[in-house]
Amino acid sequence: MQFMLLFSRQGKLRLQKWYVPLSDKERKKISRDLVQTILARKPKMCSFLEWRDLKIVYKRYASLYFCCAVEDQDNELITLEIIHRYVELLDKYFGSVCELDIIFNFEKAYFILDEFLLGGEAQETSRCQRSRGSAKRPGGDWTDIDPGLAFASITNPPTPPPPFPSVSVVYICRLFSYFAKMLCQQFFCVCVYYPYTPLQHPR
Amino acid sequence: MSDVVEKTLTALPSLLSLDSQSGSGKLSSTSKLGSLIRGITELTSKHEEEKLIKRELVAIKEQVSSPNTTMRQMKEIMVRAIYCEMLGYEASFTYIHAIKLAQQGSVLEKRVGYLGVSLFLNESHELLLLLVNTVLRDLQSTNLIEVCMALTVVSQMFPKDMIPAILPLVEDKLAHPKEIIRRKAVLALYKFYLIAPNQVQHIHSKFRKALCDKDPGVMTASLHIYLLMIKESPDVYKDLTGSFVTILKQVIGGKLPMDFNYHSVPAPWLQIQLLKILALLGKDDQSTSEIMYDVLDECLRRAEMNHNITYAILYECVRAIYTIHPKSELLEKAVKCIGNFVLSPKINLKYLGLKALTFVVQQDANLALQHQVTIIECLDHSDLMIKRETLELLFRITNGQNVTVIVEKMLEFLRFSNDDYSTIDLVGKVAEVAEKYAPDNGWFIQTMNAVFSLGGDTMQADIPNSFLRLLSEGFDSEEEDRHLRLFAVDSYVRLLQEDPAKLPQRFLQVISWVLGEYSHLRDDLEATTVTRLLARLLDLNHTSNETRSWVLTAMMKLCEGPACAALVQQVCDRYTGSLDTVLRQKAQELQHLSQDAELRSRVMTRRCTLEPLEVDSSLSFLDGFVSEALAAGAAPYKPPHQRQEELSQEKALSLEPYGLSLPVSLSSCCISDRQSPTLLSVSSGNSTDPSQRAAPTTLKLDGVKRVWGKQGYLAQKEVVEEAAQVEGPSPLLSSSQQGSADSPQTQTPTPEPDLQRQQLASALFVGLGAQNAVCLMGKTDAVPQRFRRKPRGHGSSSGSVERSSLSSHSLLGNNLLDSTNIPSDEVVSPKNTERTPDLTATNGTCDPEETPSPDETAAHVLPLTSGIGMETMEPATHTDPDRPRNPCLSSHLPAELSGMARSDIAPLCSNRSLALSACTVSTEDTFLLILFVSNSSDSDVQHLLLQLTCTGELEVSCLSDGAPEELAGHGVAVYKYSLVMKTPSPQVELAGVVSYEMPLGEPQAAQFSHRLYLTDFIRPLPVSTEEYGRMWLSYTHDTKQNLKLVQDDQDPLTATLNALKEKLQLHVVDIIGLEGIVACRLLQGQPCLMHCRVHDNSLAVWLRSPVLELPDCLLYHYQKALQEH
Repeated sequence: MQFMLLFSRQGKLRLQKWYVPLSDKERKKISRDLVQTILARKPKMCSFLEWRDLKIVYKRYASLYFCCAVEDQDNELITLEIIHRYVELLDKYFGSVCELDIIFNFEKAYFILDEFLLGGEAQETSRCQRSRGSAKRPGGDWTDIDPGLAFASITNPPTPPPPFPSVSVVYICRLFSYFAKMLCQQFFCVCVYYPYTPLQHPR
Repeated sequence: MSDVVEKTLTALPSLLSLDSQSGSGKLSSTSKLGSLIRGITELTSKHEEEKLIKRELVAIKEQVSSPNTTMRQMKEIMVRAIYCEMLGYEASFTYIHAIKLAQQGSVLEKRVGYLGVSLFLNESHELLLLLVNTVLRDLQSTNLIEVCMALTVVSQMFPKDMIPAILPLVEDKLAHPKEIIRRKAVLALYKFYLIAPNQVQHIHSKFRKALCDKDPGVMTASLHIYLLMIKESPDVYKDLTGSFVTILKQVIGGKLPMDFNYHSVPAPWLQIQLLKILALLGKDDQSTSEIMYDVLDECLRRAEMNHNITYAILYECVRAIYTIHPKSELLEKAVKCIGNFVLSPKINLKYLGLKALTFVVQQDANLALQHQVTIIECLDHSDLMIKRETLELLFRITNGQNVTVIVEKMLEFLRFSNDDYSTIDLVGKVAEVAEKYAPDNGWFIQTMNAVFSLGGDTMQADIPNSFLRLLSEGFDSEEEDRHLRLFAVDSYVRLLQEDPAKLPQRFLQVISWVLGEYSHLRDDLEATTVTRLLARLLDLNHTSNETRSWVLTAMMKLCEGPACAALVQQVCDRYTGSLDTVLRQKAQELQHLSQDAELRSRVMTRRCTLEPLEVDSSLSFLDGFVSEALAAGAAPYKPPHQRQEELSQEKALSLEPYGLSLPVSLSSCCISDRQSPTLLSVSSGNSTDPSQRAAPTTLKLDGVKRVWGKQGYLAQKEVVEEAAQVEGPSPLLSSSQQGSADSPQTQTPTPEPDLQRQQLASALFVGLGAQNAVCLMGKTDAVPQRFRRKPRGHGSSSGSVERSSLSSHSLLGNNLLDSTNIPSDEVVSPKNTERTPDLTATNGTCDPEETPSPDETAAHVLPLTSGIGMETMEPATHTDPDRPRNPCLSSHLPAELSGMARSDIAPLCSNRSLALSACTVSTEDTFLLILFVSNSSDSDVQHLLLQLTCTGELEVSCLSDGAPEELAGHGVAVYKYSLVMKTPSPQVELAGVVSYEMPLGEPQAAQFSHRLYLTDFIRPLPVSTEEYGRMWLSYTHDTKQNLKLVQDDQDPLTATLNALKEKLQLHVVDIIGLEGIVACRLLQGQPCLMHCRVHDNSLAVWLRSPVLELPDCLLYHYQKALQEH
């Protein structure tokens, strides 16, 4: 993938991630051109766009446009699914995500994106792993406190991202139930038989 | 685990106190970022926003530089700075602080710091060097999150030069117990491989280990690297095919943990990655393809659900099936899949269906027939993308019969499109198709006019260039050329009379060149009129200076007569004072030429356009100037490569392996014919691809295997037949009725628009049915390509090249036959010069050991008798081979040559009394021609004199001195000549006269000629790879071309080189993988080096030599040798 842009219906950029080295000027020109082109397209038109020598895949979710640029050889449909998957992740993290979530917490959206699209390639890992991976950091403020805790979250199998901390007994209760769950799942994890047999490395 | 809980509990108090301060999540409305964003949304104008941000940035700057700012506040500031940058305002002063934050902050702050770095800086930014130390420290950290973050940032951006510093650490992480770390380490290596592949060359075995990792996530990550490596050299990784197939089988079989499912499809990203890899591995490789048939089948079968993700897999699967060695069952299924895509109501799928069709029709054009209706619908689709993809598809199925309709559609699209990139692309395609399949001159010129006016000035420069070249070089017939040129002149004059102001510059340049060159062809068109029209162009405001100089050049060719001179004088007055130097010079030249008629007639000869321009590329006319300059103390000139070489030698030893110093990107420069041709390009002999010439009107199928066998297509026969009927004599009239009767899709009575569509369909898909016949019966298409470019030869040799390529089949193996051309009327019949196979047979009886006896005069009888007569004559020569008057010529060979390899002795000419034969002897450093003059009469021959007239290309020296003046009855005289080719040319004619006197008669003479080929003069040049590398750099004349590859399962490169070696004496220096280097030299002359590389079923060769002509001539013989093979 070459780059990813998120912009609103008004053409305001909400997120940009570039996987190819380009100068600032080029970036600005590309995003300006592209935003214009895509906004001009009608909803019934197809989500793929041949643009310069690139292939643009875009999709609109509510008032936000997600747009990825891939090479001509790449599979367009799977790129569309990358976008969808990213939206699902955001949704999972923010809980029915809306544009405002992304505006106000754009750095967290970036963190999730970084976990999902590493170096421009989508990561095929389990869904929960990803939300977990991003939860421990952007969920942030309690990882701040104790790296050990963060360590724990990484060592453990899938857990739903905890809600944002609020000063209440409820939170402490949740924290305890969360650890209980974690323990359960670890136990469960040990029992699970992974049928995938890795290749034998030639010695 | 308990200690973790404990730690958390101890940390809780601080958590409680912290929360009020940090504005995270949805609480951020109170934070500074929140207020900033809210402030921006409340504003109404861009100007106010600018002011607000400026204020914000000033505040940030203040805070950043204050020593009291804590890291936590810094994080907050950084987020705001990132936001400002995203809005397009520069906050470069924060960059360094982002790095500081990444260095000093605790986990989350660090993370924000890294994020800032990755967003602010790009790969080449110098501040990035400051990050290296931080990354290094974090990689060694015991905190997994820090390691993770470091790896994440490394896999996004890292300075290339610093890779060695952290490479060992990243490598260590490959053995880390945590899956996520291993995965990220692999991806970091992937990034390294992308930016500096040779840095990670040595850890290929570790990639293999990653592929074998027990965690599917790590394995998936390693596939990114493998895809990249396999793309570069598929042969090296063939052994992994089985492994990839095993993995894919397990994935499809649901052996991965459920976590990997996405919409209940197991690991779709992984599947697609694997399919891509398999396609690359199975390409053109039957045995490898066979391994993967099963799994591809399974993959197709499993992907049933109606979800985008399954369609994505299906699409990739279809692509793989069409890339690998074909299997009919799979192809059938793939076709069904494509059908589903094309017919789908979802527009995205339709688009992909069309895209799939474009690569499928390259192998089987008839598939387009099945979807005619859909294609036509898509052609009128409101979405330009769909339309464009359809045009792309039509472009691939263009043939001589449907070209007008398709080009019309393309031009229609061009008129609406306002996107530069697609315009450039499409204009090129129209030009290509028009040149290839144009039905007549008028259409061609009009289409090109449309191309030039629509393409504007953005189009690729080679379109006008090749168009002009086409006009100037002409085609096979003079009459045609004239006609075409006249048509062009007429249409341009008309255009200029209308409104030249709206024509683009490139078009004006073409117009002025054509008018300058050819307007004299039109008798009723006066030069003054044309000059006036051209002068109007000069006055237009928007005309560029470049165009103006083209116009002035055209005027130079035109200015004749006093009326013109006056006009020209006006023009000159204006432009001799121009600020543009080129214009000023042109105007000066024009002025001089128009005033001096004699000079003009000498300089501006109406040259026969067939003659290529003689370009003195050695610039010998400057010799005097150079020697003067040298005498005055100037430094001698060194060509750029030599300078570079010296520079690099001074600097250090070159440690790079030889293979790298050769420019490897051969493929990119010679795949497409479109890039090379320019008007005066001196390289590249025959710019048209040899295979393209062989099948002119068919699709560009060369290099594409015709995988679509009989059995695969039989099921679709009705559709094909329908098309064949549609194709009938009057397609436009009859097709609509036939279409409605036959077409399964349109059984119902057709309303008016449908009727139109069917007409369109029949116009578009005409000719495809015919191609079906071709594909099933193995015939070649007989329709000739209209504008076939002439192969460009050099100077005088071009004519003979043309001739010999036309008749090459009869020439081969019987080189001497067609050169028997003897004026004495009784000797050889005129028919003898015709190259009928029968005749070859008759003349073939002249075995090396026996010359035809004059008594038989087989040739003499020939014109009178029919084929039967020839047959009766033929055995006659064979019946008694031991005739006393058939001397065995080989016994007369000079003793010193008897042991050497020589060609068969071939007769050159004969008459009643004398017979001439010749053979050639090749040794390592000589090429000898032995001529035998045998007296076949009983009486002595006197005053025998043999004279060879040598052309410029050959240097002939006689080796036998004291040749006899008299020749006794049935005696044989032997002459020995040593030949050297001075100027390389594909073949030369050596002519000569033998004069003699019979005892009782007049002096007589017989002329003969003997054809010699360049191949005779080529010798291997034994050099080592290093020498080769040095020589390569020092030669300037080069030629590139794609050659046919000899089909060979094991090693097509070696097979091809061997085939070449059979015909030409070459020295294969080295073969490395898909590349080979070969050297040869001209006898007693200059060397020629060849670098070849297998690319997409063809051999991209690059020849270099110090001699201009040698590469071109050699290429000609290469092509010939490969055709014969």
